[in-house]
Amino acid sequence: MLDRRRVLQGMSGSLALLPALAKAAQPAFLTSGLPGGEYDTAVLEALPGKKPLIRLAYRPPNYETPVSYFNTPVTPNDAFFVRYHLSDIPERIDAQTWKLSVGGDGAATPVQFTLADLQKNFAPVEIAAVCQCSGNRRGLSDPHVPGVQWGLGAMGNAVWKGARLKEVLAKAGLRKEALEIVVNGADGPAVDKTPDFIKSIPVWKALEDNTIIAYEMNGQPLPHFNGFPARLVVPGWTATYWMKHLITVDAWTKPFDGFWVKSAYRIPVGKFPVIQHFQTQVTDVNEPITEMVVNSVIASPAEGHKVRRGEPVDVRGVAWDAGYGIKRVEYSTDGGKLWREAALGKDLGRFAFRPWSFRFASSSPGTFKIMVRASNAVGQTQAESLIFNPAGYHNNVIRPLTVTVA
Amino acid sequence: MKTLPALTALTLLAAAAAYADEKPVALKDAPGRDAVEANCAACHSLDYVRTNSPFMDRKTWEAEVGKMINVFGAPISAADAKTIAEYLVKNYGMGG
Repeated sequence: MLDRRRVLQGMSGSLALLPALAKAAQPAFLTSGLPGGEYDTAVLEALPGKKPLIRLAYRPPNYETPVSYFNTPVTPNDAFFVRYHLSDIPERIDAQTWKLSVGGDGAATPVQFTLADLQKNFAPVEIAAVCQCSGNRRGLSDPHVPGVQWGLGAMGNAVWKGARLKEVLAKAGLRKEALEIVVNGADGPAVDKTPDFIKSIPVWKALEDNTIIAYEMNGQPLPHFNGFPARLVVPGWTATYWMKHLITVDAWTKPFDGFWVKSAYRIPVGKFPVIQHFQTQVTDVNEPITEMVVNSVIASPAEGHKVRRGEPVDVRGVAWDAGYGIKRVEYSTDGGKLWREAALGKDLGRFAFRPWSFRFASSSPGTFKIMVRASNAVGQTQAESLIFNPAGYHNNVIRPLTVTVA
Repeated sequence: MKTLPALTALTLLAAAAAYADEKPVALKDAPGRDAVEANCAACHSLDYVRTNSPFMDRKTWEAEVGKMINVFGAPISAADAKTIAEYLVKNYGMGG
């Protein structure tokens, strides 16, 4: 599995520091194709309350979920990936004193809610939905692009429980002139001049039944590092909108002008098969990332797995899209010539991971290129080659995995 | 490993709200490393440098340093910015 180029890259990154230790192989928890420096740097490490995850950065903390967790469609809270932009993050939030302020010039009657208000005064809604960082798989961009060098695991699927955002907004007297809903969390920058991480969504998206302020994740309070005590959940859209440690929700009657919407998290116009657009933020050249593209991941076996002739291998993983629904998962064991349909597992809802599986065995020896391709109910399918973009978003290229039969 | 830069990084960490047991991230010992540690580590750990290597060319590293100053408001002097970019290009860039 080691390709020569990567070995050389890895060595150039480590030799100066560790002359005695030549890097022999990539750590098993990292996928192939990442920047060489990542193989010398990333380690498995547990944050408080978390299982060991792949640490890409200490501060702000960015920890990736190892791919083995995608053998099942619900990602455990303690294995769910962690992603922050700015390093002044609250060490602890007191659920008793936490308050959510709802207002803005698009709201007639600004109001504050406690956590108990959210839990008791609104009908609880439960929805299984994939939370995937916009930059998931950025580290696999070819050529590489700057940023957090995520592999396959900047994502997870959970059952979220919370109050509908539209009902919360109604209590604040949402005006019909409202254009965008602007959300902020309790985390902030290390220096005052750094733009605070504030996001907005179109008002129509905020008013959808599935958009909720979640206070539970898989039947438990949210882990601190996943946004305790409440975060926005925008099923189908990338995690950049799923504001953690939510403290303010403001209705704006004009487009939000902050850095994280105006300049960051943008994709080139017209390059990706996206149906939902953030119309009030589109320019001639780019637009905010919105929906996730249809994709899949192979959770097992591991890359480079070896079996004996005739010995069966159960190949498993999950597929997901923006909520149109996974229609079909196909696989090939000959490098993409012949495709067959994999079995689909339990349907937890159109926004959730859809498990799939198939069994592979070969009576003759050789190296087999296993490929998986998911398609959704609106005819979208995974890309055969990378749609390059400067931020490394929306990488849903079919990704071969090698199994050796000896 | 050298202990002096490690101490510098630790001092910075004490000032920032650090999580878990953040340990100093070792960067290659070369001219300019002090400037990187003194400036960049104020806002983020230095593993960002290591994982974002070695694929960036001079133009890209200079753009990254410029972004930290102009977009994220990092209070870095022009002289330090030049030293930092030079260090990153030479030690964490494409082909040294």
